[in-house]
Amino acid sequence: MSNPTIDEIPHLLVHEKADNVGVVVVEGLCAGTDLLCCITHDNSTFRLTAKHDVPIGHKVALSDLKAGDTAIKYGEDIGQVIADVDQGEHVHTHNLKTKRW
Amino acid sequence: MTKYSDMAFFGFRRENGRVGVRNHVIILPVDDISNAACEAVANNVKGTLSLPHAYGRLQFGEDLELHFRTMIGTGSNPNVAAVVVIGIEPGWTAHIANGIRETGKPVAEFAIEQKGDFETIRAASWAAKDFVQQTTEVQREKCDISELWISTKCGESDTTTGLGSCPTVGNMYDKLLPEGITGFFGETSEITGAEHICQKRAVSEDVGERWYRMWKAYQDEVIFAHQTDDLSDSQPTKGNIEGGLTTIEEKALGNLEKIGRTSRYIDILDPAEPPDSGAGLYFMDSSSAAAECVTLMAAGGAVVHTFPTGQGNVVGNPIVPVIKITANPRTMRTMSEHVDVDVSGILRREMTIDEAGDALIDMILRTSNGRATAAEALGHREFSMTKLYRSA
Repeated sequence: MSNPTIDEIPHLLVHEKADNVGVVVVEGLCAGTDLLCCITHDNSTFRLTAKHDVPIGHKVALSDLKAGDTAIKYGEDIGQVIADVDQGEHVHTHNLKTKRW
Repeated sequence: MTKYSDMAFFGFRRENGRVGVRNHVIILPVDDISNAACEAVANNVKGTLSLPHAYGRLQFGEDLELHFRTMIGTGSNPNVAAVVVIGIEPGWTAHIANGIRETGKPVAEFAIEQKGDFETIRAASWAAKDFVQQTTEVQREKCDISELWISTKCGESDTTTGLGSCPTVGNMYDKLLPEGITGFFGETSEITGAEHICQKRAVSEDVGERWYRMWKAYQDEVIFAHQTDDLSDSQPTKGNIEGGLTTIEEKALGNLEKIGRTSRYIDILDPAEPPDSGAGLYFMDSSSAAAECVTLMAAGGAVVHTFPTGQGNVVGNPIVPVIKITANPRTMRTMSEHVDVDVSGILRREMTIDEAGDALIDMILRTSNGRATAAEALGHREFSMTKLYRSA
C-alpha cells in the first residue's frame, strides 16, 4: 500500500490518514472509475471505486458515513453529515453541513 | 545562512527607508465627490493613477479613523513615489495629506470648494506633472530580500487551494520569514473552523488570546448580530461551493495553509494598521472579500501580495502587484491569463510543495524587480475601502 513516490497521476487526493473524505483532482471523473488515491501527507496510495460522476475539486466519501457523523479532512472536523453516504459517493452540500452557522 | 539569505532585488528606496517595488504617482480622492477631479488629473498627466472610491463623507468614530488610516496608508505605501490629494474641503484633505507627508515623500493637496473642478484640475495637474518628472528619475537600487513586506489573502478558493496554492504560500513564508521579511495574513471570518489552530500559531499565549478575542468579537458583533440565514451563499461563496468546498470549516483549514508549518505570527493589526513590532508575520483583522482585504494590507504597508486562487479570482490592486497562484488544472486550462504561478503539478504529484514555494519566491523576486503581474497587465486595479457602519 505504501508508496513514497508515485508514478501515475492520482484521481483523488487525501490530506491525512484520519480523513474520511478525499478530493477529486482530475476533470470528467465518471461513476465506476477505479480511483488511484494518494494521501499527500506521506504519498501512500490506495484504490477506491467512484459511485458517482464527481466534478474536479469535489469530495468523495472514503468510507460509509451515517447522518450525524463528522466529516474529517486535514485530520480536522469540517462539518456534520446530514444524510447517509456510501463509500465512493459524492459528498457536498446535499449531505454535509457546517456546524458553525 | 540558507540559499534564500543572499537573495536580492532592485527596488525604490523611499525617504523613510522603506523599499517599494513600484514607482506610482497617485491622485488620491479624499471622498467620493472628488473622484471626477482625480480622474481628470490622471487623464491629463500620463504616468499617474487615480484611485476612485465610494466613501469619505459624514463618516465618524472608528469608521472615520479606518477611512483616514486607509487613505494615509495607501499614500504612504513605498510603492507610491508621490501623491496628489484632492478633497471637497480643505480640513480632511489636509489631515490625509499631512499624514502621508510624515513619510517624507512629495505630497500636494487641493480642495475643490471655492474653486470648482476646472481650477482644481488645472492646479493639481501641474503638481502631478512635476511629480511624474521628478519620480521617473528615481533609480532602482539593490535591496536585501528582508526589505520585502509580503501579504497574502486567497480568493475564489476551492479544495485545490488547500492542497496546492495555499501551502505554496505557506512554504514561502516558512522560508522567507526567517530571513527577516515582514508578512501579513488575515481574513477574520474565514478562520472560522480553524480558530483553535490559528490561536496556537501565535508567538505567545498572550498574542494567541488577543487573537482569539478579536476573532470572537467579529463572530458575535458582526456575524451573529446581522445574519439572516446560515450564510450558505456568503461564506463559503457560491464560487467556493462550485469548486467543491462545502463548509466554512473546510474553507478555513485550507485558508490557514497559507502560514505554512513553522511560521508564527507576532502581533495583531487593526484593519489598515502598519506593523510596529519589527520584522515577522502579522495577522490583520480584515474582511475576506478580496479587493477589501488587499486594499487594507496595502494600506498597512505590504508591497507585494501573494494570492492563491482555485476557481480563478481575477482581483488586482492599483499600487501593489498581486501575484496569482493556482493549483487547479481546469483554471489553468480556462483562464491562464490571470495566473502568474502554475502549481497544478502538485495535484499530479509531479511537483512538491518545496518546489512550488521556490517557484513562488522566484516570481516574487521577478515581480519586485519590475515584471508586471497578470493583474497589472490586464488592468485590474480594484481599490475597495472597508466601511464599518452607516455614515451619519
